[in-house]
Amino acid sequence: MSKKAKAALFAVGLVLVVGLAALYFSRHSLAVLAPKGVVALKERNLIIGTSILSLAVVVPVFVLLFVIVWKYRVTNPKKSAYTPDWDHSRILESIWWGLPCAIILVLAVVAWKSSYDLDPYKTLASSTRPLTIQVVALQWRWLFIYPEQNIATVNFFQFPQNTPLNFQITADAPMNSFWIPQLGGQIYAMAGMTTQLHLMANQTGTFRGVSANISGAGFAGMHFTAKSSSAADFDAWVQSVKRAHHHLSADEYRALARPNLDNRTIYYSSKDPGLYDTVEMKFMTPPPGLTSPSDIDTVPADAHTMNMQGMDMGHGSTY
Amino acid sequence: MLGKLNLHALLHGPIVAGAQISILLGSLAVIGLLFYFKRWKWLWKEWLTSVDPKKIGVMYIIAALLMLLRGASDAGMMRAQQALSSGSSHGFLASDHFQQILTAHGTIMIFFVAMGLMFGILNLVVPQQIGGRDVAFPFMNSVSFWLFIAGLVLINCSLLIGEIGATGWLAYPPLSELSYSPGVGVDYWIWALQIAGIGSLLSGINFLVTIIKMRCKGMTLMKMPVFLWSVVGAMMLVIFAFPILTATLAMLSLDRTLGMHFFTSDFGGNPMMYVNLIWAWGHPEVYILILPAFGIFSEIVPTFSQKRLFGYTSMVWAIAAITFLSFTVWLHHFFTMGAGANVNAFFGIMTMVIAVPTGVKVFNWLFTMYRGRIHLTTPMLWFLGFVVTFTLGGVTGVLMSVPAIDFQVHNSLFLVAHFHTMIVGGVVFGYFAGLTYWFPKIFGFKLNERLGRYAFWCWFVGFLLAFVPLYILGLMGATRRLDHYDASMGWQGLFIVAGVGVAVIGLGIGFQVLQLLVSIKQRKSNLDTTGDPWNGRTLEWATSSPPPFYNFAILPEVTERDAFWAMKHDKTPAAKPHYQPIRMPKNTGAGVFVGGFACLFGFSFIWHIWWGAVVGLVGVIVTLIVRLQSDDTEYTVSVAEIEKIEAARPHKGYA
Repeated sequence: MSKKAKAALFAVGLVLVVGLAALYFSRHSLAVLAPKGVVALKERNLIIGTSILSLAVVVPVFVLLFVIVWKYRVTNPKKSAYTPDWDHSRILESIWWGLPCAIILVLAVVAWKSSYDLDPYKTLASSTRPLTIQVVALQWRWLFIYPEQNIATVNFFQFPQNTPLNFQITADAPMNSFWIPQLGGQIYAMAGMTTQLHLMANQTGTFRGVSANISGAGFAGMHFTAKSSSAADFDAWVQSVKRAHHHLSADEYRALARPNLDNRTIYYSSKDPGLYDTVEMKFMTPPPGLTSPSDIDTVPADAHTMNMQGMDMGHGSTY
Repeated sequence: MLGKLNLHALLHGPIVAGAQISILLGSLAVIGLLFYFKRWKWLWKEWLTSVDPKKIGVMYIIAALLMLLRGASDAGMMRAQQALSSGSSHGFLASDHFQQILTAHGTIMIFFVAMGLMFGILNLVVPQQIGGRDVAFPFMNSVSFWLFIAGLVLINCSLLIGEIGATGWLAYPPLSELSYSPGVGVDYWIWALQIAGIGSLLSGINFLVTIIKMRCKGMTLMKMPVFLWSVVGAMMLVIFAFPILTATLAMLSLDRTLGMHFFTSDFGGNPMMYVNLIWAWGHPEVYILILPAFGIFSEIVPTFSQKRLFGYTSMVWAIAAITFLSFTVWLHHFFTMGAGANVNAFFGIMTMVIAVPTGVKVFNWLFTMYRGRIHLTTPMLWFLGFVVTFTLGGVTGVLMSVPAIDFQVHNSLFLVAHFHTMIVGGVVFGYFAGLTYWFPKIFGFKLNERLGRYAFWCWFVGFLLAFVPLYILGLMGATRRLDHYDASMGWQGLFIVAGVGVAVIGLGIGFQVLQLLVSIKQRKSNLDTTGDPWNGRTLEWATSSPPPFYNFAILPEVTERDAFWAMKHDKTPAAKPHYQPIRMPKNTGAGVFVGGFACLFGFSFIWHIWWGAVVGLVGVIVTLIVRLQSDDTEYTVSVAEIEKIEAARPHKGYA
């Protein structure tokens, strides 16, 4: 192939790639870069700022790489300088120890400040009273409990915009991760303990929430919807849930907690008091009947078998 | 009698059956060929029982490349599933099978491809580059190799008999505990890694001692080639990190076998402890793999620029800094586990700091080429590709080192794209460069350049196609390990592009296989008769290609950094060689038996066949005791024999 043909081919390829990319991005948005909440917005800005800062190293490296290889390639008809024993320069080496150090120093300050500013455990400042939502990761659905409203939902939750959301998160399942990309970063959901996350939507909308950590067979289908609405709409929604006449009792919870691929929305108009604490604490206390450490070997084995029996793996239609 | 093992362990549907049949047919074909050509004795005497690092190295590399084929086909299946499984279509893999494949892919690629290639290259290069004849502990080297093979056999056994865990390659509890993974899959994973990991630890000790104690006369530490420095760093990491892996796997195994509660959710166990421990090994592991790749580039760039390595002292200190810092960053793998802001910030900043010595190395390589004479051979292409990918990976790595950014990309495909950028664009490109570079040294002929270039371009373009879409998908909120997603997400197009990328990489692998075959066929026209095909600088090029089994008839003496380069430019006529008898280690089958018994032990333990486990364990111990009691482990090569071998060699080299 001649040089001209190669260049033409390359140009056509480039135009094609850029065109396709432009077409693609005109139709789809990048959730992380299209924030709908205060936390996600700050995180987006951090991503962009840090990327720009890193260009200070990337650009010189790419330019140097291209220029040096082009100029000093052995097939270059214009013979360039050749100094086979030149292997040290205090000034040059100081530059490339120093420059990255300076960039990292700036980034370190950014990292330190943003770690405090965007600490998931930090409550968000707002004049509106925060809303507490307790989250339980199950196999393979998400249970949302509203302790103040005394309602519970599965795989869907609604909240008022511009209101700080205080999430208390636990799991009754393998370790998971609770993530709503458009509202802000994720945090792990782990059995026997509570992690916290604080988010706030600054507009109304429906946002996709995901389970980000592998948790077994139903993992891929384990997503939920987070809906931000006006305060009035939220209150109306709570009232509508309360009309569902579906009580989340301990028994009902046990049935819900069995491994299940069904990820439909469920509303509970009321729930047993202290349900969240019971779920969290059940890993911390020995099962009833277990009094001495010598019993430990036998009990969990049985518990495990029962747990596995409940799995409904054939539920293919519920994806 | 057979524990948990029964006929059901063999039946897993058509896809696995296909793999099972092809493994069986492949093995039968190899066995048949060995009978047909009556090569059993040759195989046993010349290869399997060999303690020659050059042969052990070749065996490591063959095993690792076979595993690369398996790991790559796993990758192909995953991307094919993801390209298809959108909306109402569910692809061709069930969730459980898909998750087993991703576990196998990660485990095999890290433990049996990357580690295998690394130890293979170390075996080939380290003894020659220090101007020595062997490693410090030749028998232990053989044991390490056969433990690696035992682990490799076990992980592939899981495909034939039973299953592998559907937990991801690091098997986080409680998912990997009995309560959620009651099958044998996680046990296969534990024991394959446990056995191979002990082999790695022994290798780490072996190579560190070799470099510290067995360098030729005059090679002070600051005159060592930078590759050796990188190996020193990596092996120190092996020695400190692998015991953590061993202990962690042992605890997980106790949980699963004896009902203990180290990492369970209940009864006071703590899964978070596992996550900490596995990454306290896992992060250094990344540097165990990448440091030797840095070392390889530090050999290749000066050789093909025909110029001294720029900033040697900087390079050494950069390696030392990376070695130390790699133990201070493990928490960045789980910023999202709820540690406080100051803990996250500390580990985030330590992670950024590692970018400094890494960046220094890149600049030093660039200025090694500056005012040089750059020969754009295949190893240099891999290097140039590496600089591009590794710089991009470095940027995404620094991004994720900011905890608040990590919250938004953790566990997403952005993360997957990042570490593949580092492992493929860094480690794999580096090892391929090294293999191409040292191939003539080991086999006596060069690899075909044209096919090598085709392979590189396929890998490079395929890499970009396969992983740039994943960065974008990650930012779209696509998490890793999904076997299905809703059509409304709009991800399918990008997954298809990524799948095409994997196919292009597959084409690259095809070119590499072809390159090997063509090069063997045309070896007569690519013979390296000088022992120094690239106008090299370090001692391995001072002996012939391939070197005699003792490497150097007379051990070289070194006065400068680029020792062989100096020898070539030293005009004083060489004195007539005065040979002395050489002591060499005898071949031994004990390593094979240790590996075989370890494999039996692992397999039996997995299936609860307790008598087999006892036989295996006792077998390992007895074999070791018998071998260690023997004083008859070395022999002397007489002067007459050396003279005969040296006279017959095509080129005597400089040493």
